[in-house]
Amino acid sequence: MLAQVPQPMTDSSPAAEAARAFGRFRNVHQEFLQDDSKRLVAIEDISFDLKEGTLVSLLGPSGCGKTSFLKIVAGLAEATYGVVEIRGRQVTRPQPDFGFVFQQANLMPWRTVLDNVLFPMEIQRRKDAAAKRRAMELLELVGLAGFENARPSQLSGGMQQRAALCRALVHAPKLLLMDEPFGALDELTRMEMHDLLLEIRRVTNATTLFVTHSISEAVYLSDVIVAFSKRPARIADYIEVDLPYPRTPALRYETAFTDFEHRAGIALGITR
Amino acid sequence: MRLRTSIRTLESIVYPIAGMVAVLALWQGYVWAFAVNPIVLPSPLAIARATAANHEILLSQTWPTLRESVYGFVLALLVGIPLAVCVANSRILNLTFYPILIATQSIPKVAVAPIILVWFGIGMESKLVIAFLVAFFPVVVDTATGLKATPAGLLELARSVSASPSQTFWKVQFPAAMPFIISGAKVAVTLAVIGAVIGEFVGSNEGLGNLLLSANAQLDGPLAWAALVWLSVLGIVLFFVVVAAERVLMPWGHH
Repeated sequence: MLAQVPQPMTDSSPAAEAARAFGRFRNVHQEFLQDDSKRLVAIEDISFDLKEGTLVSLLGPSGCGKTSFLKIVAGLAEATYGVVEIRGRQVTRPQPDFGFVFQQANLMPWRTVLDNVLFPMEIQRRKDAAAKRRAMELLELVGLAGFENARPSQLSGGMQQRAALCRALVHAPKLLLMDEPFGALDELTRMEMHDLLLEIRRVTNATTLFVTHSISEAVYLSDVIVAFSKRPARIADYIEVDLPYPRTPALRYETAFTDFEHRAGIALGITR
Repeated sequence: MRLRTSIRTLESIVYPIAGMVAVLALWQGYVWAFAVNPIVLPSPLAIARATAANHEILLSQTWPTLRESVYGFVLALLVGIPLAVCVANSRILNLTFYPILIATQSIPKVAVAPIILVWFGIGMESKLVIAFLVAFFPVVVDTATGLKATPAGLLELARSVSASPSQTFWKVQFPAAMPFIISGAKVAVTLAVIGAVIGEFVGSNEGLGNLLLSANAQLDGPLAWAALVWLSVLGIVLFFVVVAAERVLMPWGHH
C-alpha cells in the first residue's frame, strides 16, 4: 500500500506566500559529480515553508541528505539549483543572524566556557558588557552557571553540548540550525536536552530547523516534521505535530504521541 | 586522597634520583675497581672535582654557547613559524618550498659547518646560523602539521559564524596548532645547543664546545667531561624554559 503523501504548500501565490513564510524552499536540488563522472543526486526536489517561531524537524535515515539540506540553508553548502530563501533573501553564504549547533560540541579547548559562548560576538566585534551579560544568562538558562570559567575538557558531553547551544544563541539569531545536536549523547541526557530545548524555544522564540534520525525526538520537539526519503532525498511526508505545549515527559506515553511516531515510521518505511 | 597525591609526588622525585645515583655509583665503582685512566673515562667524583675547580671558566664559557643556542633557536622560531604558515595555507607555496625544505634537511649539518664558517667567520654568527639550521626544521614541520590538523569541526564553526580568513587563522587555526608548535620547539631547542657545539667544534675561540675540545687536546679528561656535563645541563635548562613557556601559552593543558 502506498502511503498518501500530503504535499506541502506550492507556489500558488508567491507574493502572498513570501509575506507569510519566514523560510521558503522550492525545488531544492543538489548533485555531485563522482570520481567515475557519474552524477550522484543527494537531494532530489525539496519544497516546503518554514513558519516564523516554529521548530521544523528534518527526519530521515542516515545519509539521506537531510544534513546536506540543512547546510544549504545555513549557507555552508550550495544547492545545484532551487530557491533557498530566509526572510525573503536567497541564502548563498552563512548569515550573521543564524546560529548553528553541530553534532559535536566543537568547543575550543583553549577557551573558557564563557569565551567559547562569546565566540560569535567576538567575530562580529560585539563582545561588550551586554554580550557578556547575555552569555551569562544563557549559561544560567542551560544550567551551566558557575562553569563560565571552566575549560571544555572539564565538562561532560552533555554539558559541552549545552555550552554549544549557548554559543549558537548568544547573538540572538533569527534562525537556529541544529544538526543532530543530541545524537552523540546518551539517552537520559538527550531527554534532558529535549526539555531544555523546549524551554529555550519558549524563552527565545527562535525559528528552528532541526535535523534528526530519532522519530520520538522529532515528535517531541517539532511543530512540523518533514520526513525525508532515502537518498536521493525527497519529502516522504509533511507532518504537522499539533501536540499542545508545554510538552512534558509524560507526553511521550500518550496515544496522540505514539500515533505521530507511527505516522513518521510509515513515512520512513520502517513500519506499515 | 591528599596522602596518596603526596606519595605520588614523592615517588616522582625519589625514583629518578635513585636511578641517577645507581648509575653514578656503578660508574664510580667501575672506575675504582679497574683503575681506569681518567683520560679515557674519569670517575663521577673526578668530574665533580674538575667542575668545582673550573667553575669560573665553565661558567664564562657557558654564556657564548647559551647565546648562540638561544639566538639560533629564536631565529628558527621567527623564520620557521611564518614559513610553516605559508606552506600550510598555500598549495603552491607548499609545492614550491617543501622539496627545498626536505633537501636542505637531508644535507648533514656537520658537513655544512665548515662552509658556514667560511661565510660567517669564526665569531658568534656562524654558530648561530648552524644552530638555526638544525633547529629550524622541526619548527617548520611541526607547525605546518599542526596548522593542517585543525579539527574540521572548528573550521566549519568559524565558517558558520562568518569569520574572516584572518579571524579564522588567529582565533582558530593558530591556537589549535599551539601544541604542535610547542612540541616542535622542544625538539628545536635541544638541537640548537647541538648546532652551536658543532659550530664551536669546527672553529671558534670560546664556548663550551671549544673548552671541551681544548681540554680533550690537553688530555684533561675530567675537564672535558665537566664541559660535557655542563652542556647537558644547559640543554636541560633550555628545555625546561620551553616547558615553562608551554604552561603559560597553553594553560588548557595537553591534548
